[in-house]
Amino acid sequence: MSKQPLLEVKNLKQYFPIKGGVLGRTVNHVKAVDDISFEVYEGETVSIVGESGCGKSTTGRAILRLDEPTAGEVNFDGEDLLSLNKSKMREKRKDLQIIFQDPYASLNPRQTVGQIIEEVLKIQNIGTSSKDRREKIISLLETVGIGAHQVDRYPHEFSGGQRQRIGIARALSVNPKLIICDEAVSALDVSIQAQVLNLLKELQRKFQLTYLFISHDLGVVRHISDRIIVMYLGKVVEISDTQSLFENPQHPYTRALLSAIPSMNFEEEKRERIILTGDVPSPIDPPKGCRFHTRCPYKMERCAIEEPVLNSVSDGQRVACHLVEKGAVDYTKIPVNS
Amino acid sequence: MGQQQLQPNINISLTEKPVKKSRWLAFMKKLAKNKAAIAGAIVVLTVFILAILAPWIAPYDPTHIEMSKKFQGPSAEHWLGTDDKGRDILSRLLYGSRISLTVGILSTLLGAIVGVVLGIVAGYYGKWIDSLIMRFCDVLLAFPGILLALAIISILGPSTANTIIAIAIFAVPTFARIVRGSTLGVKKLEYVDAIRAMGSRDSRIIFKHILPNITSPIIVQATLYIASAIITASALSFLGLGTQPPTPEWGTMLANGRSYLAQAPHITLFPGLVILLVVVGFNLFGDGLRDALDPKTKK
Repeated sequence: MSKQPLLEVKNLKQYFPIKGGVLGRTVNHVKAVDDISFEVYEGETVSIVGESGCGKSTTGRAILRLDEPTAGEVNFDGEDLLSLNKSKMREKRKDLQIIFQDPYASLNPRQTVGQIIEEVLKIQNIGTSSKDRREKIISLLETVGIGAHQVDRYPHEFSGGQRQRIGIARALSVNPKLIICDEAVSALDVSIQAQVLNLLKELQRKFQLTYLFISHDLGVVRHISDRIIVMYLGKVVEISDTQSLFENPQHPYTRALLSAIPSMNFEEEKRERIILTGDVPSPIDPPKGCRFHTRCPYKMERCAIEEPVLNSVSDGQRVACHLVEKGAVDYTKIPVNS
Repeated sequence: MGQQQLQPNINISLTEKPVKKSRWLAFMKKLAKNKAAIAGAIVVLTVFILAILAPWIAPYDPTHIEMSKKFQGPSAEHWLGTDDKGRDILSRLLYGSRISLTVGILSTLLGAIVGVVLGIVAGYYGKWIDSLIMRFCDVLLAFPGILLALAIISILGPSTANTIIAIAIFAVPTFARIVRGSTLGVKKLEYVDAIRAMGSRDSRIIFKHILPNITSPIIVQATLYIASAIITASALSFLGLGTQPPTPEWGTMLANGRSYLAQAPHITLFPGLVILLVVVGFNLFGDGLRDALDPKTKK
């Protein structure tokens, strides 16, 4: 993939200040996202995975400037979003959309479904008359599987899955190029999850959408992604195409994460289980060197001092770990408990 | 069996009524269950009607002095008696209710508008503007209400209009605080983020998405505040700093009757009772509103 990326995140940082003391001065920062870079190409689905608090949702919000990032660049379609002023950004927003995790909180309870979508159309000046908009709303809702007779109902009259479909219709209404799905199916039942995921895939084909899919559910991620970004404590530890990641994970953290997926395959009994000890360190004062070294079963002296950078290990797979730099011994052969 | 039960369900979903009406109905039902709130509402409503009808139902001119009839107790001619200048107390109370309600409502409205704007700006934009507004509110709140009102009146001079301004200024921080808190809560909701991600202007977010969702605490606070505004207005008039005589006002009437407490207690008794009744009425009604509007007290 040598073409121009649709979205290019460069050295993105998101520090949230911690206020303290009588004067409310900033005493410290939560380094939610600390210097991450990645690209998303047109038409692909890239997932960001990681455990709670690793900064994956923050990354999504920072790209959309829902929270103003501390530093970095977000190049979208050749333009740095962070350098745009308020009104330019407002126009640009129709190209980037977001689907939220909680389908109960993401729709205004005081608006009907039709009003919710109509408002978006009005904001972005889509449609010439209210009749024209109404037709568009109905066709959008039908695209996501909501019937025309349900246009004038309120969100609370729908189920979680239906609400998420409404959220998707809202995101689609402005013809975006990129949709950020922030845990878009996590709040849904497994059976509904599958339906919504299939809908997302179908819409991607139909409208040439690009997805940045944020999730902690590796099963879901495997099903939908072309490439996967693994994050740990505000850092990217591994970027890889889906197949390589699941078949040949490189970073010890990725391996631990994958080994935690419950399996229904009983023949595969000998699967290695890597159980991490300890908790995720605080993002206020992250460990020096490699952020994962405090929990890594293979840590070396070097890991506590020097921060690893993302290195290509194969075509389409990049890892930030001293163990897997070129020419190093295959650490996976070393027994864990030594 | 299963199909028979399914049939009515489908019918219901097709003939569904808009939720706005049902929500309003649920609110009214909840309010109606609260006896104290109903009593409060009746008192408030009665005072309103009496105030509006005062010119037609008052038996006498409230400022008409008739020295020959001074200090008369309640009688068929003067239901609530006359004061030290022979003015009819009932008529004065009826006309006085116009002043008290006007002051109570106008000052609350004025204070609420300014307070809501400040509160939303503070809550929505945060950062230094939030600190600035909230510290300003803290300063105002640090003074006892009546003291602040006295200070403002002494600057502006005593009159009904200035009483309204003084009480409104004191209402500002109360509303600003409540609104700021609610705004902070609503701002964090995902649908506000969603509409922001759609490229909406701040003004649209504030007026269409935040304000409608924080109206309940504002309405409750306003109702309760009218009561304390009426008390403060009466207190100011009592001290001679509010509405000036001979305009009939409850606080002025109290002050006027104070000198004759031993000979003619009814001159102070009736205005006092009316103030009590109206204030309790507003408070009960406000409390009932709060209970009915609070989704947590669903029963």
